[in-house]
Amino acid sequence: MLNITEKILARASGKSKVSPGDVVFVNVDKVMVHDVSGPGVIAVFEKLRKSGMKIEKLWDPDKVWVAEDHFVPAADKISAQNVVLLTNFTKQFGIKKHFKYGMGQYGICHTLSHEEAMVLPGEVYVGGDSHTNTTGALGAFAAGLGHTDVAYVMLNGKIWFKIPETLYFKLNGKLPDYVMAKDFILKIIGDIGTDGAAYNTMQFGGTGISEMSVEERLTLTNMSTEAGAKSGIIEPDQKLRDYLAARGATKYNEVHGDADAQYKKVYEYEASELEPIVAKPFSPENTVVARELSSIDLDKAYIGSCTGAKLEDLRAVAKILKGRTVKIRTEILPAAISIFRKAMDEGLLKIFMDAGVVVGPPTCGACCGAHMGVLAKDEVCISTTNRNFPGRMGHIESKTYLASPLVTAASAVTGKITDPRDLK
Amino acid sequence: MKGSVIKYEQDNIDTDVILPGPYLKIHDYDELAKHAMEGLDKDFHKKVKPGDFIVAGRNFGCGSSREHAPIALSSSGIKAVLALSFARIFYRNAVDGAFLLPIEIDENVYKDISDGDSLEIDTAKNEIKNLTKNKTYKIKPFPDLIGKIIAAGGLFNYKP
Repeated sequence: MLNITEKILARASGKSKVSPGDVVFVNVDKVMVHDVSGPGVIAVFEKLRKSGMKIEKLWDPDKVWVAEDHFVPAADKISAQNVVLLTNFTKQFGIKKHFKYGMGQYGICHTLSHEEAMVLPGEVYVGGDSHTNTTGALGAFAAGLGHTDVAYVMLNGKIWFKIPETLYFKLNGKLPDYVMAKDFILKIIGDIGTDGAAYNTMQFGGTGISEMSVEERLTLTNMSTEAGAKSGIIEPDQKLRDYLAARGATKYNEVHGDADAQYKKVYEYEASELEPIVAKPFSPENTVVARELSSIDLDKAYIGSCTGAKLEDLRAVAKILKGRTVKIRTEILPAAISIFRKAMDEGLLKIFMDAGVVVGPPTCGACCGAHMGVLAKDEVCISTTNRNFPGRMGHIESKTYLASPLVTAASAVTGKITDPRDLK
Repeated sequence: MKGSVIKYEQDNIDTDVILPGPYLKIHDYDELAKHAMEGLDKDFHKKVKPGDFIVAGRNFGCGSSREHAPIALSSSGIKAVLALSFARIFYRNAVDGAFLLPIEIDENVYKDISDGDSLEIDTAKNEIKNLTKNKTYKIKPFPDLIGKIIAAGGLFNYKP
């Protein structure tokens, strides 16, 4: 009677059964930091050393991996120094998996987690970033933690969790043309609110999820964070096995929920009733159908991030931009170098450049308003990213509308928020 | 703990306004304090005094996992945040790093406390005294493990 999350956490805490509300220490299989949380963990280590603790080795350097994504290419001197700090850290502790900017494969940590099969079904994965939830689409328990907690995991290999209750989101039927996973998750967040899944797990299932590609599923688990969820998860199936096999991963212990698994609540959605959705400033829960916003003038379209710059996102954008030109400033930043290369091999980059778009290197930069194309005062942006809080993508008085890659691309063409079904 | 209240009558105060993205590259605790609450209240660093409390609505600290958020508040002198509810990562960062106390209050207490009120918080007795209004509010005790981690002075000092 256990669901997949309870089974994974029971196994990882050495118990035969766990129930929602139990607080347990769980053994962690993989832990990740990037160029923001890594230096944060280093600062925690420094604090511990000052208090007299000896830190000479990590619990298991082979289970730790590192990404450079938030402030690369180095935004300024401090960011450049943070990457040096991170590099020294991985050398000092013998961490082998460090995806370095400018040395082959690198990209946004959550994208690497699936592109490089860094995490496998049935595992417990924690990362120093709130969107660590993304990786739950691989059938793993994946949750974000802060610096102190990640430092604790790196030294002890375990961390406490309260066993979450699970909200089950069932999608019946295949999504219609021009409707993407992003529209479905925005619809859900609009319905339940930004704390609608607080402390809970969001599990996605049903025929609509079986029909959905692995990359699209990752958009759902990614934005479970925006509903306040501890984790998002999808049970493994043949599509996932094929996806992982294509990335060299064939050996793992899949976990599935029992047939009589318990859920706190089941929400059902009919795919045929879903439409392109947009979240207005300043919250992901502030959703309306795209057509209601057709009078909104835009200054910029942004296609990037762990949420909206996977290969299929770029293919969707190319479908719209092919043979058209953009009317507003438009940037496309593939989420990892491997995706950048595939986009090149498939001819997508040519379509983008012919449309007048700037194509840039993978980075979290503009998504979190840090660098690489932030917004000016009063500027209005449509974006494939996951957050639109005040100041999130630049000036505190700028505005961001969150949308699917198709809606964002269609809006780039017209300069106004546009439902792709209405594009001439 | 005695201090005065800085109240934000607002839900969903997210980590992007508590400590905006451009400062994520900073890991110096005092430097972070200068930018605390910058996305919501430009004058925060001028008005905050050591020992102060923040009072806010639902889902305080939602958004990113940045530990910079509780660090910036704690380095500014904030000893506790009293909110209707907390986002999970902010809550555990505050407790595990021993930066400040995240205290859940109910709707009546939230409405009753005003900006500038002087409070005395006693977690051993599970109560808050409002010295300005001469009232006492009951609060829920911390869940078992959370209470133990707080008593130990953070996760690294806690022995399971």
